[in-house]
Amino acid sequence: MLEIKNLHVSVGDKPILKGLTLSIQPGQVHAIMGPNGSGKSTLSYVLAGRAGYDITEGSITYNGEDLTALAPEERAAKGVFLAMQYPVEIPGVTTMTFLKTALNSQRRARGESDLDAIGVLKLVRAKAKTLNVSEEMLKRALNVGFSGGEKKRLEILQMAIFEPKLAILDETDSGLDIDALRLVAEGVNTLRDPARAMLVITHYQRLLDYIVPDRIHVLARGRIVAEGGKELALELEARGYEHILKDVA
Amino acid sequence: MSIAAETKQQVADIGDKYKYGFVTDIEMERAPKGLSEDTVRYISAKKSEPAWMLEWRLGAFKRWGAMREPTWARVHYPKIDYQAAYYYAAPKNTPLKQSLDEVDPKLLETYKKLGIPLHEQMALAGVAVDAVFDSVSVATTFKDKLNEAGVIFCPISEAIRDYPELVKKYLGSVVPVTDNFFATLNAAVFSDGTFVYVPKGVRCPMELSTYFRINASETGQFERTLIIADEGSYVSYLEGCTAPKRDENQLHAAVVELVALDNAEIKYSTVQNWYPGDENGLGGIFNFVTKRGDCRGRKSKISWTQVETGSAITWKYPSCILRGDDSVGEFYSIAIANHFQQADTGTKMIHIGANTKSRIISKGISAGKAQNTYRGLVSVYGKAKNARNYTQCDSLLIGGDCGAHTVPYIESRNPTARIEHEATTSKIAEDQLFYCLARGIPQDEAVSLIVNGFCKEVLQQLPMEFAVEAQKLVGISLEGSVG
Ligand SMILES: Nc1ncnc2c1ncn2[C@@H]1O[C@H](COP(=O)(O)OP(=O)(O)OP(=O)(O)O)[C@@H](O)[C@H]1O
Ligand SMILES: [Mg+2]
Repeated sequence: MLEIKNLHVSVGDKPILKGLTLSIQPGQVHAIMGPNGSGKSTLSYVLAGRAGYDITEGSITYNGEDLTALAPEERAAKGVFLAMQYPVEIPGVTTMTFLKTALNSQRRARGESDLDAIGVLKLVRAKAKTLNVSEEMLKRALNVGFSGGEKKRLEILQMAIFEPKLAILDETDSGLDIDALRLVAEGVNTLRDPARAMLVITHYQRLLDYIVPDRIHVLARGRIVAEGGKELALELEARGYEHILKDVA
Repeated sequence: MSIAAETKQQVADIGDKYKYGFVTDIEMERAPKGLSEDTVRYISAKKSEPAWMLEWRLGAFKRWGAMREPTWARVHYPKIDYQAAYYYAAPKNTPLKQSLDEVDPKLLETYKKLGIPLHEQMALAGVAVDAVFDSVSVATTFKDKLNEAGVIFCPISEAIRDYPELVKKYLGSVVPVTDNFFATLNAAVFSDGTFVYVPKGVRCPMELSTYFRINASETGQFERTLIIADEGSYVSYLEGCTAPKRDENQLHAAVVELVALDNAEIKYSTVQNWYPGDENGLGGIFNFVTKRGDCRGRKSKISWTQVETGSAITWKYPSCILRGDDSVGEFYSIAIANHFQQADTGTKMIHIGANTKSRIISKGISAGKAQNTYRGLVSVYGKAKNARNYTQCDSLLIGGDCGAHTVPYIESRNPTARIEHEATTSKIAEDQLFYCLARGIPQDEAVSLIVNGFCKEVLQQLPMEFAVEAQKLVGISLEGSVG
């Protein structure tokens, strides 16, 4: 489903990803771990198509298509979803309005008809309930004054509403209390599907207790430096990144 | 179709960019080109005006001859040749009609193109429409219902003939004949406009709305509006504008006067979407407007709401004179300037009475190479004890070639006055745009969403049917402004 080959990415003149290779099959959940500043968010932005992140070498193929040739909104319509590490505030735009606009934009791009206001309301309410997102939050301006945990929950709510094919979760677990973490994990697990792939970026083994990944990749200095199963996370938790980095050095 | 659905359909029909660039081909009857005493006499005669009105006009014309065009605003435009314009144009053969069936089908066609189905509006929206086509009013509706309530809502030319005492008493009482260059010009040559009188204790049974439209080439438009809310009355008035595409610059100098007596309230809302000129700054309307409300009575209230998206040049400061004790003035404004548009707009709040309050919320959006200036005066007179003003002035910049300027003037001659002023300038952040894009919202729509959010406090002040249209306009006027 997602095939990243020898990816090199620069921001300005600064190379950040330096030859990253990664492949995810439909139905799989992969985790990416790695030290601060190693390039995890950069990878997520490149997959979503953020301007300013220049691909200097390598390729990204999504369902057989060159992903880099698509505008960010086209990627979204084709099922690429990024839950951001730092969700953005948009003053004056209620969360409900934003969700409706986004949902219908995606539908329109796919040649589907708009969902009317009542349809959107029903859909959003149903999903919000399972994720403990309050009605009051939906009426407030998008992410404005939301707590860190509320912002993350809203990201997962969007994932639940858009039902993407490829979901990238960038540190969605950071800043969540235990209950919220469980809720978010449940949200992710509900979406697990043979036709769907997920890339979960995290610093904590804890999340992987709830979302059991098929594979874990360690990203350091712009490349994948180690790969393994669930046990790799436990090892990292116990011994830190230092020895892995030493091993590859 | 429901009213809301109807409105939505109309808005959808507005479609891409500026669709109103068409000219209706109706034989025009024109005043001779240029401006002289004869022009003034011609206009007055065309309107079958009484002698006192002609005298008033001629007096204004004389004063105008000695006045100079103001230059203090932050707007630049080629010198206007006042002798090269026509000052009066009327569709031929249009005595006042009693029903729409009598109206020239071509005119009705024009309304359709504008997305104003008059029939539907009458039947569905319950809005009385005094439709001004160029300079002559051709259809006035819902007269009966208003008559019942005692509300007078008619072309000002008609009011001059039928209600001379009211007109004499109030015309020029808020904006004096010699107020400023453009207002004086208007006093001399105004063609038509709207007159509203709401009697004591009457709550006007419907929103009153007028659609203005400039149609004839080289025809200056000089609308004159006078609204009087007598003691304890209430009226909400909507003004909406569209104009056909033209290469020559067209001058528009309207005057609006509002008078609110004891305990009366006037709400005046405008959506202005005149031709702004093309991407290269060619053409577009020059809009020099004088709008002023007089809170003449105790506890009276005047509230201005404007959405200014059109015109090449906007020079406009809807103001409130807070004369009555405990009176309230409000100004809610959205001014959008894109491409080469120049907007210099704001308000004046003149606190004369005790315990007077004013509130100013201004949202300026600049894109392209546009210049957008907020210019506002808050003045507290010596007797205005406990006067209060709150001003919030936010500017949003899209791209690096445009400008936003805030010029607040504050004068206080009473130590008990409290004046608060807040101002912010921001840019549409790249991360906000990316967030929208990543969720599938295309660029133009994302800009529209973010800007509408920025303007929310003002949009909320508009009556429902205008709010939907205004939101759409905000998006349309900024299309292509990013990336
Ligand atoms: N716009 C930018 N300009 C300059 N440097 C940048 C930019 N964006 C990212 N970087 C740099 O790229 C490197 C990778 O950043 P990135 O955010 O991808 O790290 P990360 O792995 O997500 O870190 P964390 O675990 O702290 O979230 C960092 O050194 C960061 O400072
Ligand atoms: Mg990160």
